[in-house]
Amino acid sequence: MQAFELLTARKTDDALALIAQYEGAAFIAGGTTVVDLMKCGVTLPPVLIDINGLPFGEIDANEERIRIGALVRNSDVAYDRNVVHRLPMLSKAFLSGASGQLRNMATVGGNLLQRTRCPYFRDPASRCNKREPGTGCDAFEGIHRGHAILGTSNHCIATHPSDAAVALIALDAVVELAAPGGTRRVPIEEFYIVPGATPSIENVLLKGELITAVEIPLGAAQRNATYLKVRDRASYEFALVAVAAGLEFDGGTITQARLALGGVGAIPWRVRGAEQVLAGKKAGPQAFKEAAEAALEGAIPRRDNAFKVELAKRAVVRALETVVRER
Amino acid sequence: MTATVTRESIVGTPVDRVDGGLKVTGQAQYAADTPVEHAAFAVLVSSTIARGRILAIETEAAVAIPGVLKIFTHENAPRFKQPDPDWMNALVPSQTFMPLQSPEIIHYGQQVAVVVAETFETARAAAALVEVAYEVKPPLLLLHDPAAPRFQPDVFFGEPMQDARGDVDAALADAGGRIDATYTTPIESHNAMEPHATIAQWNGHRLIVHEPSQWMIGTRNYLAKVFDLAPEDVHVISPFVGGGFGAKGFSLPHSVFAAMAARAIGRPVKLMLSRAQVFTTTGHRAQTEQHLRIGASDDGQLTAIDHASTISSSYAGWFIEPPGLTTMFLYACPNVRIRHEAATLNLPAPCPMRAPGEAPGMFALESALDELAAQLEIDPIDLRIRNDAQTDPKTKLPFSSRHLVECLEAGADWFKWDRRPKKPRQMRDGDELVGWGVATATYAGLRGPASARVRKEDDRYIVEVATHDLGTGMYTIMTQVAAEALGVPISQVECRIGDSRFPPAPVAGGSQSTASVMPAVQAACLKLRESGGEMAEADAAPGDEQGRYSFQSFGAQFAEVRVDEAIGRVRVSRFLGVFDCGKILNPKTARSQMLGGIVFGIGQALFEEAVVDPRTGRLLTDSMAEYRVPVNADVGELEILFVEEPDYVLNPLGARGVGEIGITGVAAAIANAIYHAIGKRLRDLPITPEKLL
Repeated sequence: MQAFELLTARKTDDALALIAQYEGAAFIAGGTTVVDLMKCGVTLPPVLIDINGLPFGEIDANEERIRIGALVRNSDVAYDRNVVHRLPMLSKAFLSGASGQLRNMATVGGNLLQRTRCPYFRDPASRCNKREPGTGCDAFEGIHRGHAILGTSNHCIATHPSDAAVALIALDAVVELAAPGGTRRVPIEEFYIVPGATPSIENVLLKGELITAVEIPLGAAQRNATYLKVRDRASYEFALVAVAAGLEFDGGTITQARLALGGVGAIPWRVRGAEQVLAGKKAGPQAFKEAAEAALEGAIPRRDNAFKVELAKRAVVRALETVVRER
Repeated sequence: MTATVTRESIVGTPVDRVDGGLKVTGQAQYAADTPVEHAAFAVLVSSTIARGRILAIETEAAVAIPGVLKIFTHENAPRFKQPDPDWMNALVPSQTFMPLQSPEIIHYGQQVAVVVAETFETARAAAALVEVAYEVKPPLLLLHDPAAPRFQPDVFFGEPMQDARGDVDAALADAGGRIDATYTTPIESHNAMEPHATIAQWNGHRLIVHEPSQWMIGTRNYLAKVFDLAPEDVHVISPFVGGGFGAKGFSLPHSVFAAMAARAIGRPVKLMLSRAQVFTTTGHRAQTEQHLRIGASDDGQLTAIDHASTISSSYAGWFIEPPGLTTMFLYACPNVRIRHEAATLNLPAPCPMRAPGEAPGMFALESALDELAAQLEIDPIDLRIRNDAQTDPKTKLPFSSRHLVECLEAGADWFKWDRRPKKPRQMRDGDELVGWGVATATYAGLRGPASARVRKEDDRYIVEVATHDLGTGMYTIMTQVAAEALGVPISQVECRIGDSRFPPAPVAGGSQSTASVMPAVQAACLKLRESGGEMAEADAAPGDEQGRYSFQSFGAQFAEVRVDEAIGRVRVSRFLGVFDCGKILNPKTARSQMLGGIVFGIGQALFEEAVVDPRTGRLLTDSMAEYRVPVNADVGELEILFVEEPDYVLNPLGARGVGEIGITGVAAAIANAIYHAIGKRLRDLPITPEKLL
């Protein structure tokens, strides 16, 4: 870890001006990712801009949508009454992430920007195309049990670690971004970028832009929903496989499905093909199995993470069964 | 309390930890917390390769940071000779290799530089700027690498590691080998909550060292030898230890580096290891592969056991994990053979970790017995009772006190074992299959020589012993024993430990502190009480009973697991440990030790694995996030019962230690319960989700 300067932004305009002013500066909110990576030597920002004083700490709900400020702590989202009742998948996803202490610090905006737990990314002595473009990928032939099987490339097989983002992508959330020129709204599905040949580029956030909120539309498939996380231990653990699932019914027939996978994707992985498989079908084992097959279509497993294909299929079925059971 | 308190009402009662208040209010001062005036800070730089040599170390950028005082590398560090392990003289380095003496690299994380600066932050920043160029050689990392030197270790603390009785091959052929299976356990890390740290301070030719230690006398003797000092000129202080589990017992190189730096700059130096450095430079439990063959009669009488272990070893170390030792004596079996083979690899030096030998070895043996019970359709408890031995099958000496059968029976009763279906896959609850498993637990009842001093100051009694409290409760039980012997309430007794100048005690390893130290404390206090004087000292040592009996603790451990087969999830919903450890001096602290051992065992069974990149030797699990120990949510309902049969042959208190036995049967009990739940035998630890699919 290297010495750095900590500046405090009191207003959004100040934050945007400061980030533009200092080369290599980074925002800090909860700090649960950025400080960790500074300790590993993965990122060495000379200046940190504290944005905790900015006015993005509220959750606001109406009949159509829930809007969550980027600075709301993960715990506060998880226990918010509106989120619990109307977006149970999101509440469960937040509660399944990290530990109680981390959730009390970590913010929604920061959660979207979490970096991968790939051990080679976190070790500056290892080769990593995400950390240092063009150096190669030590995970490819190394240990990659936790790595992604969907959305990967020959340059990077790192897994996106967020749980909340998986739920948000299933929920069609919109990310609100502020820049000196004004704000823009990006559907979260367009926010993340698969690694391709440039794994260091993880999202569409421009230099100097700041996440200010996420907005989630409400509906039946958002309410009849769950988040299932399979992991090596019961808490403080990243997903081996996670499933965000939501269904809307007409009697026993599925009219709309929302399905996304975590722990297996290079980015939070929406599986629209599987959603289409479910739409119009009778909720039951046959449809769920077909959806699971469709969800894992195109998976590229490697030596250590081949089990994730079967595990993810089973988790999809279980999550859908759970939604039906808890309907 | 009043002076009318009787003996019986203090020892053996659940007295609260006397140091508990200090700990929960943050006032207990651990080594790195010690305020030292004008201290400088040292940070280690670690090798990023596992084998090769340093071609060049570039320190210019680091030295240029204001506040950097000195950087030591192999080029400028003083020459130190690493002493050989010498038990007779209480001097045991954890490794045979002394870093910073040559450009040679033999394991990942090896110390290659020590940066000393005015502040910790400066030292850490400068350490990150030290650039090391290496010539990399392909490291030897795999247990079966044909290029790795292999050897057959002779003894483990006097116990033969290649040993046999009867004719195993003939018996296996005659009775028909029933079980022929291989069990594997990975490298595991102690991961005590408190990272290692050393504060070194020179006062002329005298060296004062604050560090968390399981063996201050050992560290004192080690540093005296390395720096060519008289042992009395080294003063090691260690009042509180935030867990050790074996990794703070033998002497480690960073203690030398702190003293080296302090002497060079003429100031006290505080050296703290990062969590990652704790993983790579303070020891680990070796990887094991164990091949077990068992012969038995149709009614379950054991006729032969062959236990062959292959162990990972290190170019840096000497300690060899001994999984087979327990097999020589645990059950009455006429034909037993144990073998150990070690492979020398480019891994850091291994060291003892809570129940070295037993923890991996009993996973294999007690799993194999469960397999035998299933094959013969005998209840696994009955199988163990049928093969109980009241005379030690290895030494032919009687056990001073062996109550394994009582433990098994009491546990069966509590667990309602008679309701257990004989076949697997019989208990379902929703998405989960439920299974029950059992395993024997055991650990040696060691006792060593110890001394104690007690002084009267007004109406208070100060008791001093150079022993250790690793969070175990030593302060508390010492206070109880002293108060009882003195005939005063515990409020009048103050125990002082953790100082090498106090009367000597053994290493806080081998679960021996209680059995060794308490007789000395009791003797000194009785002496003072009888003499009516101001001060008394006493030595207490084991006697000729050691040649007439075998001393061993026993237990029975029961697991209930719930397995969600579809998604590979196991939960340990209930766990019971029943233990025979002689007289329990404090049921509260003893219970806590057992709970800790069981949680440790749950980690071993389901989570813990140090993952090394097989190409580079890099440790990929060098943080608390990546190296998984159980969290609270992983631990179900735990219960502890003691079969309290005092062992007065071992010592006048009748107590044996409780530090290690708690883990010994856990992994097998869990694996056996998983088998009972789903009918699948898992022989490779840890049992992670993909193995259950």
